[in-house]
Amino acid sequence: MSAADGLIETPAPAARRSGAVRRGGGTLQGWQRALLGFALPVGAALAWEVAIRLGIAQGRLLPAPSTIISTLADLARNGDLALHIRATLARVAAGFALGVAAGTLLGALAGASGLTRALLDPTLQGLRAIPSIAWVPLFILWLGIFEASKVTLIAVGVAFPVYLGTLGAILSVDRKIIEVGRSFRLTRLQLSCRILLPAVLPHYIVALRSGLGLGWMFVVAAEFMGASEGLGYLLVDGQQLGKPAQIVAAIVVFAILGKLTDALLVAASAPLLRWEDTAQRAAQAEG
Amino acid sequence: MLRLDAISKTYPTGTQALAHLTLSVGAGEILAVVGGSGCGKSTLLRLIAGLDRPSGGRIEVDGETIAAPHPAVGIVFQEPRLLAWLTVAQNIGFGIAHLPRPEREARIQAALERIGLAGHGNRWPRELSGGQAQRVALARALVARPRVLLLDEPFSALDHFTRADLQQHLIALWEDTRPTLVLVTHDIDEALALADRVVVMQPHPGRIGAILTVNPEYPRAPGSPEIEALKRQILNVLGPARSHAALPAAAE
Repeated sequence: MSAADGLIETPAPAARRSGAVRRGGGTLQGWQRALLGFALPVGAALAWEVAIRLGIAQGRLLPAPSTIISTLADLARNGDLALHIRATLARVAAGFALGVAAGTLLGALAGASGLTRALLDPTLQGLRAIPSIAWVPLFILWLGIFEASKVTLIAVGVAFPVYLGTLGAILSVDRKIIEVGRSFRLTRLQLSCRILLPAVLPHYIVALRSGLGLGWMFVVAAEFMGASEGLGYLLVDGQQLGKPAQIVAAIVVFAILGKLTDALLVAASAPLLRWEDTAQRAAQAEG
Repeated sequence: MLRLDAISKTYPTGTQALAHLTLSVGAGEILAVVGGSGCGKSTLLRLIAGLDRPSGGRIEVDGETIAAPHPAVGIVFQEPRLLAWLTVAQNIGFGIAHLPRPEREARIQAALERIGLAGHGNRWPRELSGGQAQRVALARALVARPRVLLLDEPFSALDHFTRADLQQHLIALWEDTRPTLVLVTHDIDEALALADRVVVMQPHPGRIGAILTVNPEYPRAPGSPEIEALKRQILNVLGPARSHAALPAAAE
């Protein structure tokens, strides 16, 4: 080791130090931060509960949290909740899978060359400009009112953000690292597997997450179209029969499921993205 | 043996980057190419690397024409260009994936030790300093055992001390297999410290202004009278160009 080596080594620990400070976010530990995140919703719920117990508010339009919890418990006990969750999850899963497949394929095709991009992108951007709900009548005419039209609507909603994310990720790959691959005489296939795919992955995961978010959005729209089961049905049913507790209960379940599936996606992709800069990763986890 | 025979390069925009350039570089020779911005020195390297095709002329390595990236030619860029998702060791082994595993591992280990990063093979590129990253890039090019190694201003982004250290690493690595080195730089001191011959290029269009031989007997210490004399010669050749293009190196 020469004297200059010591000089070179110094930036690394310095970078680690600044990373630790950033991760700490002041003096908050991870669990303290999580607790702080719960403070607002839990506090508001408790305040509302107290207000209704004291008779300050009636809670006719927005029931007390305890009422909502007991509604959820009832639904869970007679097995309805599991039935509705299963129906909705199945629709989201099928729509998400189809949408991701289509979006990824089209994105990869459009990203493959300038020619295919010029061919595909204008059409897809045009289709993307159509509000997806506008397709509903057509899908019902074509596919009927049962599962096929619902899954198709969700798939359309998922496909566009995945397409955009995939294409954007491919186009943003640094020409310079592709050159490294070329200088080592990688074939087109090797270049795709060893450089493009890993380089694209972080952006692609983000695209999948926004696709999943839209999948949850569109499953509600799809279930409003007339469903006999599913969380969206619970919403409509609650409205028609004047059961606000059931509506709020379904909304809470949507929130939990949405967050859960997103966390699942993040957790599944985490081992593939260990190499990413920690600051970026922290920002993504928060975002 | 690297031979450039009357090569020229004109870009589709009409810019003539190189005009009728002829040059031979012997096996194991260290050739430095200096010149201001826009004199075509980076274009020259890209042509030898096979990343671009010349508009005219021929490039040969040991009698084989270069028309695409060639296994006998390696390149180190100005930036390390490490692949962020591969560890240091995987980055070094990137270009030798076709070799059997034991051979590959042995070469990677040897290279890690050679660049002073033994035991750091499992780190990620983001954890490296600029100098360390460029050493890894150097190792990645050299483990493929090229007969010609091209270096495109490889140390220009580094601070003075790190640059001196990297130059030592380069010479130490070069001694292992003694490939032909073509080092593009805008740092005249660097060229004189390392090279057997210095090609001085002139712009509009890119061409060879002069070729100077650095006597191997010379003490390479900067400031020695022989080296200072060569430096003045180089500056004289670059002189007329100074009105055309910015010459940060010459101004130093």
